[in-house]
Amino acid sequence: MTNVGSSLVYAIIASILQVALVALGGPLLMGLMAKVRARAEGRVGAPIHQPLRDLRKLMGKEGLRAHHSSAVLAVVPLVVLGSTTLAVAISPLVTTHPLLSASADLFVIVYLLLTGSVAMALAGLDTGTAFGGMGSSRAITIGALAEPALLVAVIALSIQARTSNLPAIVADTITHPVWTSTPTRLLALVALVIVVIAETGRLPVDNPNTHLELTMIHEAMTLEYAGSDLGLVTLGAAMRLGLLFALLMNLFVPWGVATGSSILWLLGAVVFLVLKTSLLAVVVSLIEVHSAKLRLFRVPELLAGGFVLAVLAVITQLAAR
Amino acid sequence: MVLFLAGLGCCVLGLVAAMVFSVERRVVVASLSGSLGCLLTFVAASHVLISGHVSSFHSSLVLPLSGVSLTLDPLGALFVAMTSFVGVATLVYYVGYAKNELRSRTALSLLLLFLIALLTVPAASSVVTLMFSWELMALSSMLLIMVEQRRHAEARVAAQWYGAMTQLGAVSILLGLLLLSLKSGQTFADIRAHVAAMSPTLRSFAFVLTLIGFASKAGAVPFHVWLPKAHPEAPSPVSALMSSAMVAMGAYGIVRVGNDLLGGGALWWWIIVVALGVVSALFGALHAVTSVDLKRLLAYSTIDILGLVLIGVGCSGALAATGHPGDAHLALIGALLLVVAHASFKGCLFLGAGAVERATGSRSLDQLGGLIRRIPITTALFGIGALSIVAVPAFSGFSSEWLLLQGLLHGFVDKSSPTLIVLLVGVVALALTGGLTAVAFVKAIGIGFLGQARSTGAASAHEVPRAMQIGMGILCIPCVVLGVAPGLVIPLVSRAANAGTANVASRSLESGIGLTLDHVRGAIEPMLLLAGFLLFVALISGVKSLLRRPARKVGAWRGGGGQPTARMQYTATSYAEPLQRVFSDVLRPEIDVEVTHAVESHYYEQSLSYEIRVDDAVERLAYQPVIRTLTRVGLAARRLQNGSVHRYLAFGFIALLIVLVVLA
Repeated sequence: MTNVGSSLVYAIIASILQVALVALGGPLLMGLMAKVRARAEGRVGAPIHQPLRDLRKLMGKEGLRAHHSSAVLAVVPLVVLGSTTLAVAISPLVTTHPLLSASADLFVIVYLLLTGSVAMALAGLDTGTAFGGMGSSRAITIGALAEPALLVAVIALSIQARTSNLPAIVADTITHPVWTSTPTRLLALVALVIVVIAETGRLPVDNPNTHLELTMIHEAMTLEYAGSDLGLVTLGAAMRLGLLFALLMNLFVPWGVATGSSILWLLGAVVFLVLKTSLLAVVVSLIEVHSAKLRLFRVPELLAGGFVLAVLAVITQLAAR
Repeated sequence: MVLFLAGLGCCVLGLVAAMVFSVERRVVVASLSGSLGCLLTFVAASHVLISGHVSSFHSSLVLPLSGVSLTLDPLGALFVAMTSFVGVATLVYYVGYAKNELRSRTALSLLLLFLIALLTVPAASSVVTLMFSWELMALSSMLLIMVEQRRHAEARVAAQWYGAMTQLGAVSILLGLLLLSLKSGQTFADIRAHVAAMSPTLRSFAFVLTLIGFASKAGAVPFHVWLPKAHPEAPSPVSALMSSAMVAMGAYGIVRVGNDLLGGGALWWWIIVVALGVVSALFGALHAVTSVDLKRLLAYSTIDILGLVLIGVGCSGALAATGHPGDAHLALIGALLLVVAHASFKGCLFLGAGAVERATGSRSLDQLGGLIRRIPITTALFGIGALSIVAVPAFSGFSSEWLLLQGLLHGFVDKSSPTLIVLLVGVVALALTGGLTAVAFVKAIGIGFLGQARSTGAASAHEVPRAMQIGMGILCIPCVVLGVAPGLVIPLVSRAANAGTANVASRSLESGIGLTLDHVRGAIEPMLLLAGFLLFVALISGVKSLLRRPARKVGAWRGGGGQPTARMQYTATSYAEPLQRVFSDVLRPEIDVEVTHAVESHYYEQSLSYEIRVDDAVERLAYQPVIRTLTRVGLAARRLQNGSVHRYLAFGFIALLIVLVVLA
């Protein structure tokens, strides 16, 4: 009984730690990426914690809503942030035993993220302005094309581990280090990197810094948000980035994730996770510096490439056995 | 069984009442009686599902020569329970919906006849009974499409297509079943007893023939052409019944004949089923994305979901054929759960589309907009249906698709390569349609219900009668229950799937509120996930309300221009344009651009017209040539008939001569 009780307490602590870590770390990762980009371009750039300052400023401001908007516009920030937070809380980020880890199925995480995307796309259409519709249409198109690549890559990992339970996959990878260098993993890794770049709206798919109507995607959907609502939506996007980066690293470099139940290990895992995701952020932003944004109608080709790689990952896994 | 017959009797009473009572009372009495009947059949079917007790009934009074044989086994009972549930909701909705022609004796009695036929098809246990109720179902629904034909000329065309396709399908099923009953009797029990002695060729012929008929009923591409015409043109309650119950009978037929009567079969049978499913799922999903008509969008998404069901049924058959009954069972449970989930959410969506049409006078998304403020209850109920179909966790679509995916995923343990390829293709199709379905329904809600009104009809919409809302609400219940607590119905669906697989598999799911797989690691507890989500939302909104003052209403951002008008919004066409462009090779849109240049200079345009049509490429490329040829032959044959009696007598004489020569 005490064993069950203590493992529950441990799970709750781990989940709270994960949520706090991603809520702070997501914006910091965005700041880090902006900083690396600025340095690579020969500028000084804003401090790394600038996104957190922006969030604090936004949260203190008055919200504005358009006359034609409905309850959807008000509810969406809660849904986006709520679904992302739930995904963060149950994913194996610092430990393989967070809350509800039995339900932390890969498909649950994928569909929780899809829920956030669907909610955001609806918010873009809610005020009935041309910009919102444009962003919504583009974002959902890219989302719909990234979805199959994501699912098939996830399926490749699930076939290898014989389960689609995410903590189990991470734990099994730690006990079978050979898995990380199989062709399946490497192909799935490339596919997932493409998907993560598309899903988090980074270059070369979307430019998070632009407000030019010809090119913006995610920003066009959030144009009608102001004040604390905008803060929640931005935080949701940052947490999504943090979650996807962390999951990507944990799936392919799982070492450092706590598999036991000691608090000290948990804290060590936090350090590992911060290092891993920062490394990924630096690499991604260096790629961003050296790439131009793709034309909207070239993006499907990139995502189709990701999809083909994911299918190849499944095929190599089936052929390997 | 007594309850089931009593339920059918109540429906017949309703039918009589529809004939006898005056216009004012007719609808309510017939609907009440029919609903009571459906409730009774629901209870009867649930009893069979819970107890697993099979009961039969035979009477030689009703049909001459062969008599009627009905059997409620778990597989049939699942479909009876599903149909009765949708039936109750539809009849309640009908009370509020019926106007003009729909209040007539013909319409009401046809509706009840359709319902009776739908309830007897899954309970039929002999070839004659099945074919009789099948034809009754086809004919009554065809006439129901035509009920409003005075005001909708398209309904006639739709009914023609539907009639032709359904009759061809029925002939194919009849031929297949006759082949099976050649050596044995015509009851299903006889066929089961003699099937082992039949030659594999005969069995394969029978399976392929019945598959063609059942697949055409299930809207599988390329036999789907009737579906996107018939569903939109039928009155909405009829569309709901057709889409959620009648189309499911196609899947039922495949499982009944392939798994139950023939006891599984060769691997290639099921490869055909998976191939049909994959093509339908992708084709349906893509067309749903580009459809502008709300009901047409729903019709194509029916093709999509039934395609996924066929993938599940086919993969299950393939796994069973290669000796993996456990995984086969899991995939079949997933497919059957998806059928049940589809019945509830698609029924709800079609009824919702009917409510929108009633409230605004239009079902074209480009004429709608801003409905969430005018008809909030209808919007919310339609929204629940849409969330289910998009497979948002804790709604019914997610649980069923998750189970289907797990069934396919764990089938990958097999080593034989044909099965692996089948599963791989199935899984990839499932992945491809997921995102497209989300686009179709974000479009339906975002363009149809959010934003600003695009027509006066939408701007002056009024909430529909209470009965219609209750009808939709009834169908929303399974959307949520199957999503939050799928474990409650899993034992029942599992029993139905057991009846469907000949070599009964071990139990593969643990009972509980969520879903837990038995022999592999895999589980979801949607209720806990939902609780977690709600907790986080409550926390966030709590923190947010501490932080700030209430939001102020201002005009939308104008970008320096005037106030945005409704015409500046994205439309259903422009919303789907990027995807339509990406998939233009498959969709083959026809685009007409006409530019009139100014007289002064070629560089200035005076007017520009742009028209885009996304027709059904299968219909254009495969069916139209056949129809054209038939028409040409018919016109040529007309020359033989000039009305002269002498010529006809000469024809008779020549025919007689030929017969004599042949016989001699």
